[in-house]
Amino acid sequence: MVGKKRVAVIGAGMTLFRRNLKETGKELAWHASKMALDQAGLELNDMQSVVMGTAPDAFDGVHMKGEYLADGAGAWRKPYSRVFVGGGTGVFAIDAGWWHVASGQFDTCLVVAEEKMSSCYPHPAYAFTTIFDPIYSRPLGVTLIWIFALEMHRYMHRHGIKKEEIALVSVKNKRNALDHPCAQLGANITVEDVLNSEIMCWPVQRLDISPTSDGAAALVLASEDVAKKLTDNPVWIDGTGWCIDTTFWTNRDLYYPRYVQCAAQMAYKMAGIKNPPKEIDVAEVYDPFDYKELHHMEGLMLARKGQAPKLTADGVTQRDGDLPINPSGGLLGVGNPIAAAGLMKCCEIFWQLRGEAGKRQVKGDPRTGLAQAWGDLMQYGSVVIMRS
Amino acid sequence: MSEKIKRFPGEELKGADIRVGKVPTIRFRPRVRYLWSAGVAMSRFIEGLKEGKIVASTCEKCGRIMVPPRAFCEECFKPVDGYTPVKDTGTINTWSVSYVAGDASRIKEPILVAVIDMDGASTGMGLLHLLGEIDDWKQIKFGMRVKAVWKPPEERTGNITDIRYFKPVKEV
Ligand SMILES: [Zn+2]
Repeated sequence: MVGKKRVAVIGAGMTLFRRNLKETGKELAWHASKMALDQAGLELNDMQSVVMGTAPDAFDGVHMKGEYLADGAGAWRKPYSRVFVGGGTGVFAIDAGWWHVASGQFDTCLVVAEEKMSSCYPHPAYAFTTIFDPIYSRPLGVTLIWIFALEMHRYMHRHGIKKEEIALVSVKNKRNALDHPCAQLGANITVEDVLNSEIMCWPVQRLDISPTSDGAAALVLASEDVAKKLTDNPVWIDGTGWCIDTTFWTNRDLYYPRYVQCAAQMAYKMAGIKNPPKEIDVAEVYDPFDYKELHHMEGLMLARKGQAPKLTADGVTQRDGDLPINPSGGLLGVGNPIAAAGLMKCCEIFWQLRGEAGKRQVKGDPRTGLAQAWGDLMQYGSVVIMRS
Repeated sequence: MSEKIKRFPGEELKGADIRVGKVPTIRFRPRVRYLWSAGVAMSRFIEGLKEGKIVASTCEKCGRIMVPPRAFCEECFKPVDGYTPVKDTGTINTWSVSYVAGDASRIKEPILVAVIDMDGASTGMGLLHLLGEIDDWKQIKFGMRVKAVWKPPEERTGNITDIRYFKPVKEV
């Protein structure tokens, strides 16, 4: 086992996810942090360290966002760091929180993620245009949706996957989100609705995409000794993994996310997992677009290359299936406040493994769960494996 | 959500209410501009574009011919061994059709985009660019052969847009 100390999650909290929330980013971070502490039965004074995950400063328009958000995350006069790896931030934040405690440096760590995308006006999409290489990409007018459409199309072409097969993911996740009280876009839709929705950037259509959102989420981590004193029901962080590939994204074959595989292998090795589809009981897989759930299931080796659509069509990934994927409703249904969406996935796995997920609870007393996020120029993977 | 939590915080605002000033807001428009040095490798690239050439860099250790060019090989982590032009023809690796502009507003005439694997570069060395001279985007195919359409020399400024777009070519 890597690390000196075993680390548990002992509390989780989150806000509503919405297109526009009245609260500032700092206020949202406070709500999520306070809820996570209350759930753990702890006070801020009990927190020895704080990790904040939040994505581009351009959304909030505050160019020291980590510092700006610090008191919302209860970080004042504490060891504090802000982590940022694009869309991968939310799950990387729990990975970073884990090493704070596993190293033995701290007994506790509050992990918080916040995103307030609505501040970037009239649409946060424009902030994303500044992520591209200024010399050889930006003069072409490249946008984020272009590059995902190019990846989706390559994935479809390589395996002969149809839009109808991919649309099933959007249908499933938006339906799952109907049972999530924080969800922004829970809905009963059909494959036809997806296929008839506005073409944004072929093959990406309107209902293939998650929304932009405001929201926050938080988790309380504790070392084994502390966790066992506080709860009979800890959820252990047994695997962490993260990996980045080159920013030269046009020099990689986009049909397969090798960096996600690399992050997953690191986490599986640490958790002693040899056969992921058999040993993982429930997974929250990063789904900012419907094809990404399939692409990531393959990268995570939960499905063989090109086989994730079949598992989806067969109902395996439904909440009552053998390998439930995104029982929360995912980014497509709950919403996508970038970093907070990744940490929401970790909250969901925590609640699922504690048997507290209510109407969203997957069957069969799940013991091992996985959360994953992805980001930057289609180059970053972060993974966490939890056990109850 | 946990069953144990009865209320989740957050007060939703309507976009329309924000725009007409029904809720307190503050506006700010940043005024920053950037002027980038193109750097060691990309200066070669954009100088090449002015001359109608697509410049790659080469690494003798791994044998790769890399587009876009870089000053160091990220695989071998050593300086590249030189710069060489590749052909201005290539093969469509993947493609898309955008009806959305950078600010998420909608556009009538779609922008055709592709990753083009360049002839003369190592396998899979793609370049992002636009496609043109295509009447109906449904004619675009994976594996389609394309060629750069250059601006006339006097209009070139040393920019990736010195190539207007890539157009389909029939192989002889
Ligand atoms: Zn090399």
